[in-house]
Parts: sequence; C-alpha cells; structure tokens
Amino acid sequence: MLSPEGIFEVPAEYAEYGKYIERLNLDDFLKFYRDMARIRRFDNECTALQRQGQMGLWVQALGQEAAQIGSGYGVGPNDHMFPSYREHGVAITHGIDLMSIIKIMRGVNHGGWNPEETRFHLYAIVLATQVLHATGYAMGVNFDGLVGTGNPDVDQAVITYFGDGATAEGDVSEALLFAATTKAPLVFFCQNNQWAISSPVSSQTVVPLYLRGEGFGVPGIQVDGNDVLACYAVTAKHMDDARNGLGPSLIEALTYRVGAHTTSDDPTKYRPADELEYWQARDPLLRFEKFLRRQGVGDDFFEEVAKAGDELAEQIRAETFAMQNPPLENIFRHVYSDPHPMVAEQQAWLEGYEASFEEGEPS
Amino acid sequence: MSNSVELPIAKAINAGIQKAMSRNDKVLVFGEDVAELGGVFRVTEGLLAEFGSKRVFNSPIAESGIVGTAIGLAMRGYRSVAEIQFDGFVYPAFNQIVSQLAKITNRSEGHLSMPVVIRIPYGGGIGAVEHHSESPEAYFAHTPGLRVISPSNSNDAYWMIQQAIESNDPVIFFEPKRRYWQKGMVNLDSPPSTMHDAAVLREGSQLTLVSYGPMIPTALQAAEVAASEGISIEVIDLRSMSPIDFPTIINSVKKTGRLVIASEASTSFSVSAEVAAKVAELAFYHLEAPVLRVGSFDVPYPPAKLEELFLPDADRILEAVDRSLSY
Repeated sequence: MLSPEGIFEVPAEYAEYGKYIERLNLDDFLKFYRDMARIRRFDNECTALQRQGQMGLWVQALGQEAAQIGSGYGVGPNDHMFPSYREHGVAITHGIDLMSIIKIMRGVNHGGWNPEETRFHLYAIVLATQVLHATGYAMGVNFDGLVGTGNPDVDQAVITYFGDGATAEGDVSEALLFAATTKAPLVFFCQNNQWAISSPVSSQTVVPLYLRGEGFGVPGIQVDGNDVLACYAVTAKHMDDARNGLGPSLIEALTYRVGAHTTSDDPTKYRPADELEYWQARDPLLRFEKFLRRQGVGDDFFEEVAKAGDELAEQIRAETFAMQNPPLENIFRHVYSDPHPMVAEQQAWLEGYEASFEEGEPS
Repeated sequence: MSNSVELPIAKAINAGIQKAMSRNDKVLVFGEDVAELGGVFRVTEGLLAEFGSKRVFNSPIAESGIVGTAIGLAMRGYRSVAEIQFDGFVYPAFNQIVSQLAKITNRSEGHLSMPVVIRIPYGGGIGAVEHHSESPEAYFAHTPGLRVISPSNSNDAYWMIQQAIESNDPVIFFEPKRRYWQKGMVNLDSPPSTMHDAAVLREGSQLTLVSYGPMIPTALQAAEVAASEGISIEVIDLRSMSPIDFPTIINSVKKTGRLVIASEASTSFSVSAEVAAKVAELAFYHLEAPVLRVGSFDVPYPPAKLEELFLPDADRILEAVDRSLSY
C-alpha cells in the first residue's frame, strides 16, 4: 500500500483491504508513527542496558515495527493475542508496561502481567508452543458461542505471532490442522524476518510461507511487513473474518530482522552486508515518515516524537537501575495452584537455612 | 448403608468422568478415537451420546496438538480430560507437557491455572507390540508443576479421576491397562481419601511392601503367599507418584524395619528410587536391612513373548522379601 517513497496506493484487487485504511484519520496515523518510534527507541535503549550488564539478554524487534504496530492495532478489544518473544511492538498497542518486558530479560520474573486482563498472553520462549495454545483458546471461543453472532461487540477472535523459524516446528503444522478442522477463529501471523538466528528462511521452507496453510485448509496472504498501513489492514480484515465465523487464516508479513537474533548473536558472521542495506532502504519508520510528510505533517511532530523518545529512555534507565531483585519466596510461589507438601517443605528448609546466617555465625 | 456397585476399573473411570462432566459443563473429553468408538479401551464409551460432540470429540492424531490445545482451552476456562492412546505415544507431547503445561501457572505468577488431566493407559502384560507397554511415570514425577497419580482398583479409579478433574493443577493420570477389566466394588457416596494419600491395603509387621498401579495385585498376591509361610507383610499402595505420601510410608517402615518397593518401571532413576532415598533419609535408624527395589530391567521393553520374564511377578517380589528378611 505504501511505496518506499511513502506514496499510498491500493491495488484494485486489494480494495477490500483498502476500506480499512479509509476508516482511519490523521490521528490514527500519528499514533502508528509514535508507537513505532517509541518501540524503536525502547529497543535501542534496552540493547544499551544489556551491554551495561543490566539485563542478561535483549531480544531486538528492530526493523519489525510496522508488522507489530500495524497488526497490533488491527486486533480488536475482545480479541486475544499469543506472542512469541519478540513482540514488544504488539505489546504496547495493548497496554503492556514496557518495564515488565525488561523484567523478563533481566531475570526478575517470567512475565508479570495477567493475560486474562491484558488479552496479550505471556511470551513463549520455546518456538511455536504458543501457536497451539492460541488454537486451543480459539476452540474455546467457539465453544463459548462467541463467533459469528452478528454482534461485533461480543464476537472474539485470536491471533498468534510466530517467526519464519518457528514454522519448521511441528506445533505450527498441528495448530494449522486443529484450527482448520475446528474452524477456529484464529489468525496465524508469521513475521518472516528472513533469519532464524543464523539460518536463512530458505532452510525452513522451499515454498513461500503464506502457502504453508493451504494444504491444511487455511488460506494465506502475504503482506509487506514494513508497511504499517498494510499490516494494519490485513490484520483487521482477517480478524473480522475470524470473528464472523469464516475460520482461520494465515498472514505472512515480509520484514527484516535488522538487529541480531539477540544480544548474544553476531550476524556479521553469516549475513551479507548488502542485504542489510537493501532492507534499511525499506525501513518502516522512514517510509511512514515520508507518507506523513506528504499528508502535511511537519517537523514539529517529529521533534515532539524524538523528545518523547528521550524521556522514555531516561525513564527506562532510571526504573531499570532502581529495580529490586525478587524475594526468596518467589522461587516456590505458584508452582502449583493448590497446596503441595513437597514445595512447602523445601521452602521451609531454604528459609530456615538462610535465616541461620542472619542469626550470627553458625556454631 | 452406602450405595455401592461392582465395576471393572475401565468402567469405573468412565463413571467418574461421567459424574465430573454432569457436575461441570466446562469439562471436555478429547483425544484419539475417544468419541464414537469410546477409545481403544472403551474408557470413554457412551460419553459422546450423553454429552454431545461439543464436549466429547476426536482430535487429529497429533499428541502435541492434543496437549497444546488443552492448555489453550484451560486458559479459556475449560477443564480438559485428554486421552493419550498409549504410554509410548506420549512423547510427541512431552514438550507441551513439560515445558508448557507444567510451568504456565508458575510463569504467569498464578494468574493462570492449568486444570488439565492427561489420561495415559500404561504398563505391560497385554502381549502388545512395541510402544504399548511402557511405564514412563518417572519422567513426569520428575517434572515440577505436575501431579502424577495412578489408581489400582475400581473405587480409586472412580474417585481419583474425579479428584484429578477437580484439581486446579495438571494431573497425569496413569491407568493400569492390564487391570482395566479387574472388577471391584465402588462406593458411590464418598471418596476413600484425597488423590495424593497412600493407602495401607494390608497390615503387616515384618516388612513394608510399597507398590502402585498395575503391580498392586501382584504385591497383594506376594503378601498372601508370604503369609502362608508365616511372614507378615504390610502392603502400601502409593496411589500418587507425585507428590508421594511419605508420612504413610515412613510410619510403616518405623514399624516393620524393612522395605521392598515393587514397580513395573525400569528400576534405575525411578519412583522406587525416590522412595528408597527418602526412607534412607527419614527412617535410617529404623531400618533392619537395606531398602530393596523390584522392578523391570534398564533395557527397552522387550517383545511380548519375553515380557513375562521381564516384568516383576510375585516370585521376584518374594525373592527380595527373603533377601531383606535374611539380611
């Protein structure tokens, strides 16, 4: 929809997607840009904090802002999202506190938010596991009779995010099958960022990934993942379809992992430099900035966004430096929902052991 | 007078699931061939007719998918009773069980519960081909976040499946498949105890024999033979392999001074090994002899024509009893 020069044009065959953009106004566009810039600034700040030893690891979403912000805003207020571990952009479109993502990477907890409240579920580290959870959840939405009721205020759908690497896992294939056979209200959103650590997408598939669902009966569509408007429109349309009872579908968003897999990775060992240049020329923020400037948005706005980014960075640094370590009892909390004698016994032992040091020198 | 009925174990599990489904419409039953057929052992027979295809349905033949979707359904408020057709077929689901099902409550800091029951027919003795006779309970007992139980009789089967379904934690429910047709009385009015309590099935004074699941009839047979020779054995049914009811075992060992543990599983790194270690820790001065384990060997389950030699029987248990008593 957006050319690299920021020219907006909807090809005739995608007119039904274009309608979703027609409903947006300038405030929506500015919100998209602000959030893309916010998440990029967050990402860069977190990479720096990791380098300073404040986090064990950082997982960059750099370059994938349009795919994440666009699709995140295409998700409705009753819908549920099942992310992988790189979806910081989707997270902020649904009110996840960025500090809670830092806590995961710092080792304070494994994800502190309540998925039932946020509808944004916890990060899944083991590839593709969340895709099956999303499928089961969507099956439950079906059982609850909240699909295709004709009342858009109650209908629900589910979206799950995963990468090109995860498509090789059996869980994605099984999820496509379960979703198809149960006609689950589910959108499979694959961010194809071209690399799974050091393995190119060509080692995960020999056919385009948007075709992966066809054999299971899950139709697919490919979208320019660096075009925030296209990602918004495609997600919104497919979530509507799922909510209306048309069953699952798969979206492949073509994007690029500009950064490393994580801060532990070194892409210069395996990735050609010209490839990075190719994608940087298609940078989602630059492209959208060009579009906004064509809409008459001026320097004032971009300066305000940059200033907000500085404030965010300062706040993140301060809150990270002030972050407390979790208490000892967190080791034993919530292992089970109901009481468990062994966990209680081991907690009592460790507390007694620790206390023996506080009371003075052991005799 | 209590209301009771005689049922084989398979029918008792069926009746327990039926009861749980009638009580709570969030309880679902699914897995391979569980609907029209009622499962390959007919444990879920009749449930489709009674509760309909929205609550009792066949899944694709994909074990990871069965457990993975059960997790998603739990997040949505459903309580799944998922069947894995045979013990040796659970491994494709291992990742979803061990890395997801067992950890999600902890990962979510208690925001999410995982009331999922995974039913697995287990153990040998039915003359089956490879992968249909295994005892994989130790893998799951070793995994924090799971509860692992196994009934050995009809009354326990009826009540423990209901207790498992009521649990807010994931329960791996091992069914002693070669005992599915073993009949027993079921008290329909009240449960014998919680699902994690061990049960003293036979009182004795000279040796404690701990066992569980399909080995319980064998253990009772061994105790009977021993009694005819004047040896008094106390038989304890663990019922729960995680957590283990150690107070019941320790009390018994303090009385008898001797312990033999019998199970079908490979002996090394087993549930039996855990019982032995804990008894050595908690009842060391009460032991008159080393704790002995009777189990199968640390080799793959053999072809069916060899399983009689492979599986422990009453004689092998008695051999260990003799060694303990003559120590």
